[in-house]
Amino acid sequence: MKKYTYTEKKDTRSGFGAGLHEAGKKNENVVALCADLVGSLKMDAFIKDFPERFTQVGIAEANMIGIAAGMTIGGKIPFTGTFANFSTGRVYDQIRQSVAYSNKNVKICASHAGLTLGEDGATHQILEDIGLMKMLPGMVVINPCDYNQTKAATLAIAEYEGPVYLRFGRPVIPVFTDPDQKFEIGKAWMVNEGTDVTIIATGHMVWKAIEAGEKLAELGIDAEIINIHTIKPLDDEAILKSVKKTGCVVTCEEHNKFGGLGESVARLLTTELPTPQEFVATNDTFGESGTPDQLMSKYGLDAVNIVEAVQKVIARKKA
Amino acid sequence: MKHTIKELEDIASQVRRDIVRMVHGCQSGHPGGSLGCADFFTALYFEVLNYNKDFNMDGVGEDLFFLSNGHISPVWYSTLAHSGFFDKSELATFRKLDSRLQGHPTTHEGLPGIRIASGSLGQGMSVAIGAALTKRLNGDKSYVFTLHGDGELQEGQNWEAAMFAPFHELDTLICTVDYNGQQIDGPTKKVLNLDSLQAKFEAFGWHVINTDGNDMQAIVEGLHYAKTLTGKGKPILNLMSTQMGAGVDYMMGSHKWHGTAPNDEQLATALAQLPETLGDY
Repeated sequence: MKKYTYTEKKDTRSGFGAGLHEAGKKNENVVALCADLVGSLKMDAFIKDFPERFTQVGIAEANMIGIAAGMTIGGKIPFTGTFANFSTGRVYDQIRQSVAYSNKNVKICASHAGLTLGEDGATHQILEDIGLMKMLPGMVVINPCDYNQTKAATLAIAEYEGPVYLRFGRPVIPVFTDPDQKFEIGKAWMVNEGTDVTIIATGHMVWKAIEAGEKLAELGIDAEIINIHTIKPLDDEAILKSVKKTGCVVTCEEHNKFGGLGESVARLLTTELPTPQEFVATNDTFGESGTPDQLMSKYGLDAVNIVEAVQKVIARKKA
Repeated sequence: MKHTIKELEDIASQVRRDIVRMVHGCQSGHPGGSLGCADFFTALYFEVLNYNKDFNMDGVGEDLFFLSNGHISPVWYSTLAHSGFFDKSELATFRKLDSRLQGHPTTHEGLPGIRIASGSLGQGMSVAIGAALTKRLNGDKSYVFTLHGDGELQEGQNWEAAMFAPFHELDTLICTVDYNGQQIDGPTKKVLNLDSLQAKFEAFGWHVINTDGNDMQAIVEGLHYAKTLTGKGKPILNLMSTQMGAGVDYMMGSHKWHGTAPNDEQLATALAQLPETLGDY
């Protein structure tokens, strides 16, 4: 198992804030909009340096999505910012008609996704957003795994022409990816090469997968770990290549197993290479109040759950 | 004036012929609101709007128009065709398989003249605000026009947008409401009363004007007057009274022709009331 270390913990939303600021410096057409959550979205640096390119919309997310779609007409590249719940479910029809169907170059940037939002509870903890967004034709869906990857992803989507959903979170987590990485939309990152099982993880679950990989190594199981940061378009080639080698797969996401990364992988494998698969994801449930660690444990999204899923799927492969 | 009022009225008559023929041709669509707005569209595209016939999505330096109540697409398609955006023969494909003239307007099939999809109601004002903000950032002084149904104002997103535009002093924005008092299920007064739209928009900080949308002279003057009100810190709201179905006597003033297509006999009756002026498609 390749050794991953970290010297600091940071929130992925701060990676977004840093990426947005840098994208703003690189391209004067980058503009930002927010629905009364600039502190939570870490937009302060952008706003300080480019006040005229920032629009405070107030608590009116539907209007924000429509305005962002309109701002593309004339060449702007709008980044909208609010919590993941209010970025997707609240404004689904506005995204569907004014952004996706109209093919507008809007970047929907969503913080506080998943259970790790914590104490605010289920009203704010969306676990359905990946499914909602990947269903829209032409929508790119990205869920980066740490501060550095989120920053790199933010810069990459500014260069990409078309609608994008960028999902990130609130808690501080280890920073373990390369600060100078080149982020390629739709290209998987090989975290660890192995032969016994393929673990496919996205977002906050990538570090958990690394922790699980270390435990599995102690048990004599050689896990291949792949980071799928881009859920759509999915890197079919990387997944198929790995699964051909290992013969079984565990998908890990901080999202409902209905409609998430796991289902995208299952769709691919069912048609191309039927393979035993286990899902580490929430199971058709809402969240609740609690600390992020308590919630990840209660809802089965810890390294120990990945280890159990791997043992189960390897047993199925052998049977 | 680029045209005489008589010339504009003749164009509007041809647009009305196209509307009833298009809706008859596919036996679906929305003739009532389309007919009611034929004079507005004619005035806008043939007299008021500064645009380039070589369609460019970004529209830099051009006036932009957004149709929020997308179901009255027939009137827009006909006006765009007669304005030179595409050949009028394409009007025959309205609502048919593989057509660029979808039931509701869209950019998806690449029809020149259209910059956003509409149909799901209540989204156009926000989009227009965004386009106006970009024009402001680009130092582009041209105008942004919209059209909304009155029943459409029951959608809450409009009021988010209505609050935003005056606060940000978007004074290049000229929004028109098709104030015909009708919606699918009946008169707006019975379905969900809009009450005084003038008082509502004024309370939100708009400069509100009233026009007669079925009097060509009045609508041309009204839109020119609206332009003189721009640049003064307030967006403009044009409350435009129309009759649903205007120009075809049996369709006028009732919600019953909101989304119903005429049969062969009804088509003949309608066309007899509308002289052919620019040539049918």
